[in-house]
Amino acid sequence: MFNILMLFVLIPLLMMAGLWASRNIRQVRGVMVTGASLLLALSIWLLCDYIGLRRSGETAQMLHTSSISWYEPLHICLSLGVDGISVAMLLLSSVIVFTGVFASWRLQPMTKEYFLWYTLLSLGVYGFFISTDLFTMFMFYEVALIPMYLLIGVWGSGRKEYSAMKLTLMLMGGSALILIGILGVYYGAGAVSMNILEIAQVDIPVQMQNTFFPLLFLGFGILGALFPFHTWSPDGHASAPTAVSMLHAGVLMKLGGYGCFRIAMYLMPEGAQMWDEVFLVLTTVSVVYGAFSAVVQTDLKYINAYSSVSHCGLVLFALLMMTRTSCTGAVLQMLSHGLMTALFFALIGMIYGRTHTRDIRQMSGLMKVMPCLAVCYVIAGLANLGLPGFSGFVAEMTVFTGSFENPDLFRRICTVIATCSIVITAVYILRTVGRFLYGEVKNPEFLKLKDATWDERTAVFILIACVFGLGVVPFIFSDLIATGVEPVVSQLIK
Amino acid sequence: MGYTIFILLLPLLSFLLLGLCGNFMKPKAAGITGTLSTAAVTMLSYFTAFRYFSAGRGADGIFPTLMPYNFRWLPFNDTLGIDMGVMLDPIAVMMLVVISTVSLMVHIYSFGYMKGEKGFQRYYAFLSLFTMAMLGLVVATNIFQMYVFWELVGVSSYLLIGFYYTKPAAIAASKKAFIVTRFADLGFLIGILIYGYYAGTFGFTPEASRLMSAGMMIPLALGLMFVGGAGKSAMFPLHIWLPDAMEGPTPVSALIHAATMVVAGVYLVARMFPLFVGYAPDLLPWIAYIGAFTALYAAVVACVQSDIKRVLAFSTISQIGFMMVALGVCTSTDPHDGGLGYMASMFHLFTHAMFKALLFLGAGSIIHAVHSNEMSAMGGLRKYMPLTHITFLVACLAIAGIWPFSGFFSKDEILAASFGFSPVMGWVMTAVAGLTAFYMFRLYFGIFWGTENRELHAAHRPKESPLNMTLPLVFLALVTCIAGFIPFGDFVSSDGQAYHIHIDPAIAAVSLTVSLCAIGLATWMYARDRQPVTDMLASKFSVLHKAAYNRFYIDSIWLFITKKVIFRCISAPVAWFDRHVIDGFFNLCGKAAAWLSEKIRPMQNSNIQQYTIWYLAGAVVLVLILLF
Repeated sequence: MFNILMLFVLIPLLMMAGLWASRNIRQVRGVMVTGASLLLALSIWLLCDYIGLRRSGETAQMLHTSSISWYEPLHICLSLGVDGISVAMLLLSSVIVFTGVFASWRLQPMTKEYFLWYTLLSLGVYGFFISTDLFTMFMFYEVALIPMYLLIGVWGSGRKEYSAMKLTLMLMGGSALILIGILGVYYGAGAVSMNILEIAQVDIPVQMQNTFFPLLFLGFGILGALFPFHTWSPDGHASAPTAVSMLHAGVLMKLGGYGCFRIAMYLMPEGAQMWDEVFLVLTTVSVVYGAFSAVVQTDLKYINAYSSVSHCGLVLFALLMMTRTSCTGAVLQMLSHGLMTALFFALIGMIYGRTHTRDIRQMSGLMKVMPCLAVCYVIAGLANLGLPGFSGFVAEMTVFTGSFENPDLFRRICTVIATCSIVITAVYILRTVGRFLYGEVKNPEFLKLKDATWDERTAVFILIACVFGLGVVPFIFSDLIATGVEPVVSQLIK
Repeated sequence: MGYTIFILLLPLLSFLLLGLCGNFMKPKAAGITGTLSTAAVTMLSYFTAFRYFSAGRGADGIFPTLMPYNFRWLPFNDTLGIDMGVMLDPIAVMMLVVISTVSLMVHIYSFGYMKGEKGFQRYYAFLSLFTMAMLGLVVATNIFQMYVFWELVGVSSYLLIGFYYTKPAAIAASKKAFIVTRFADLGFLIGILIYGYYAGTFGFTPEASRLMSAGMMIPLALGLMFVGGAGKSAMFPLHIWLPDAMEGPTPVSALIHAATMVVAGVYLVARMFPLFVGYAPDLLPWIAYIGAFTALYAAVVACVQSDIKRVLAFSTISQIGFMMVALGVCTSTDPHDGGLGYMASMFHLFTHAMFKALLFLGAGSIIHAVHSNEMSAMGGLRKYMPLTHITFLVACLAIAGIWPFSGFFSKDEILAASFGFSPVMGWVMTAVAGLTAFYMFRLYFGIFWGTENRELHAAHRPKESPLNMTLPLVFLALVTCIAGFIPFGDFVSSDGQAYHIHIDPAIAAVSLTVSLCAIGLATWMYARDRQPVTDMLASKFSVLHKAAYNRFYIDSIWLFITKKVIFRCISAPVAWFDRHVIDGFFNLCGKAAAWLSEKIRPMQNSNIQQYTIWYLAGAVVLVLILLF
């Protein structure tokens, strides 16, 4: 029984086989570009197909569903299916995998091995988003985590071994919690199925929900950079090679939010209601704390990593507000942050490749030397601070409006505190841009630097186009996502 | 009126074209593209205004509110969502005319002023972006669309202030402008969120019953929106960004920081005026007090500044204060009974946009000639630049409120409205009007008369600006001469009914006398070659003079808040906490684990005897446990 969604796993597998067989860098690049383009085309097709099916009156919660039994005694199946959220996430992943290939076009050494691990990482990500089975999701999640260690530890920069170890250990700690949580859900629902859609029909005893919800939420929350478990993020991102930072901040961190929503909140709504105030405080702190931390950083990657803490905090924040609008906003924010942060990391990687420093105090006047990269960085910055016309604005406004639908004072206060981040974001973005892009070139060495090459331009322009597209025609995506959010939220409000 | 969408689309297209392909175009071609699109927009705006006002009033005696376009851009939930569209009502149409006129003049003027500048294409691209955003703001069909374009004008202002991106002062000024207004916009945003929740819509005409049941939340929302407006319109104490914004090219200051963007806050209050009057009447006097204080403060500061653009900047702040006062003193929507201020405010917005743009463009012409902003580099310029001199004088007379120039009429209405509110307010505003006349003529005499900087002028003889710069000056001067006679109340009034402006002779006499006296004083003090009185005053009240020159240290207070409080007291400790406490904790966990494993490792040392001892010990312990 063939399911079109299987292609999302099969194509990366074929790519890995192709990489294995390839003899030189041209073949490696050929395989990567072909595979990534196919995945991108597939995601776009899936998006159009999904919208078409919904327009024609399809009301099933998940489309393209199928299930193959793996291990009968534990009811482990390869269950596949997509809804509006996963379609959006798949598209995001494909865009970033595609642009990531171009961002690591000239990567040396061991290009082939690098791309092998990179493809395995993307395989894990894709697998996670198409699965609807708890065990399969967990498996793909682990598949995505392991290559990260090698990619950072081998191809990274700076304190790479330390960072790789820290990142992996903290995320592994999270996945230990997730494993316990998943088992709790499985047995709580009567140990008859691992399929999310089936478990959602069963009421897990409230006592069990209250016990296992925080484990799952925290486990995925660590990946979503929830305060105070976010410290892997600045170090990890700072050491990772460009495309890995892109993929990690752009997609992998979204696994956290996705998991929180799809598994923790969907399956244990009562547990969510019990714990939401605790986690709301943590996420509100994340949002503001990340932004304030970013203000005094001097390393470009640290600035962006803290900015990610703030923006990913907003994702979890919006989910916990538990209104339809805020959850739609959360997914929009995942998309938006994924694209923007990938754009940022791509640009930082390119700039670092030229100046060999990421310290904004040591750079100035780059606008004169590399206008294309600098202008793109300014655009990315403006998008990041929520300028209308870019994705950030759309996502943030949906989140804030949705959060404000809760009439109680506690959530109102949290919302108002979270909105303050828009000012702090402006402070650190403009400070950074003013420091290292504007002004006169102080270091004569920099005058010799060249502007972006064609492969770099490809990566950056595609990402900017996506950020811009999402910001200009948001109604397509907000409708799409709302179809996926609806069943979960109705479960939560019930 | 479907064509009105092109008023927004044309500048947008021009921006995209210039932004994407600007580098492949010749500077001149880029300028022509931008100017042509703006010219087309201006024609369309005039045509729209003509069509709109000539179509006449509805059966209820007011001009209908048209909405040729409106679609849901971003749905939030079943009721709320951001709509994008075009809404035409008297003030929107009036603003269309103002913005497109000034924008076109600035586009033409910039050909001469920016000639040979690096980044000419970029400059025109940003001008187009600004024009689009500002026009979108005024035709917004709902408060959220207004916010969208509000942010866009903010960013175009940021980009244009920082146009000379290698100049540290310009970088700092652009950053300051954006962050201060963003801070105010936070209030605006929260206000919108509250409003949207309780009114059930982001539109301007919500259901009255919902507003009534919302209680105190609607005044709170409106108050927060006013904070946003106060930021954009540079009301005290959020005015600090505007004087610094003068680091941008002068035509930009004319367009954005004098005529259009800075009055967005006034426009916002005017847009929400029915709600302010209906649901938050207690807020309006506060708006008036803030406006009056700002007007007074800025006028005092303007008296001692030496940079001509700064004088004009403070004068702008002061004049916007006038407009805010006019709105704030309203107590009803009936122009005959307490609602006169609305019309006066809009009228002043209109006339001010014209004569202030003229002043700034004139200042640009002067700066172009002498290559300095400082008054010390000027003096006696009337001989060299006759056309600039005459037009500048016209603008000065207008802002001083001298008949028959436009400022007289609008200021008179504001004073009438203020006297209607309370005599104190009326007299304060009259005094500020006097101050205005004084500092403007101080500026005028300082530039065109007074002590000439012969040394500088001998080295570089100032000459009249080229035609593409003087033409806009002449045009705006003509408008300034005749705009006062426009029967403005017939188009715009607080209740929408035709209102016939009549000049109150007593108020007109008082304000004229005060202004003329102030001009006389300025003439006596500054028109001569030597200025003993000024120097004597400056030395006698040196503390006051110094404080006013330093803008009463408000900037220093803000600098203290940002540098010391945000950077040193919040961000730096937060970052330290993150690295040392939180990260330290996790590192400690790692170290503890490593330490523990280091301790346990010797047990596995492949020493058979030791294993046996452990084995036996374990067995004994187990047996003991099992036994007891």
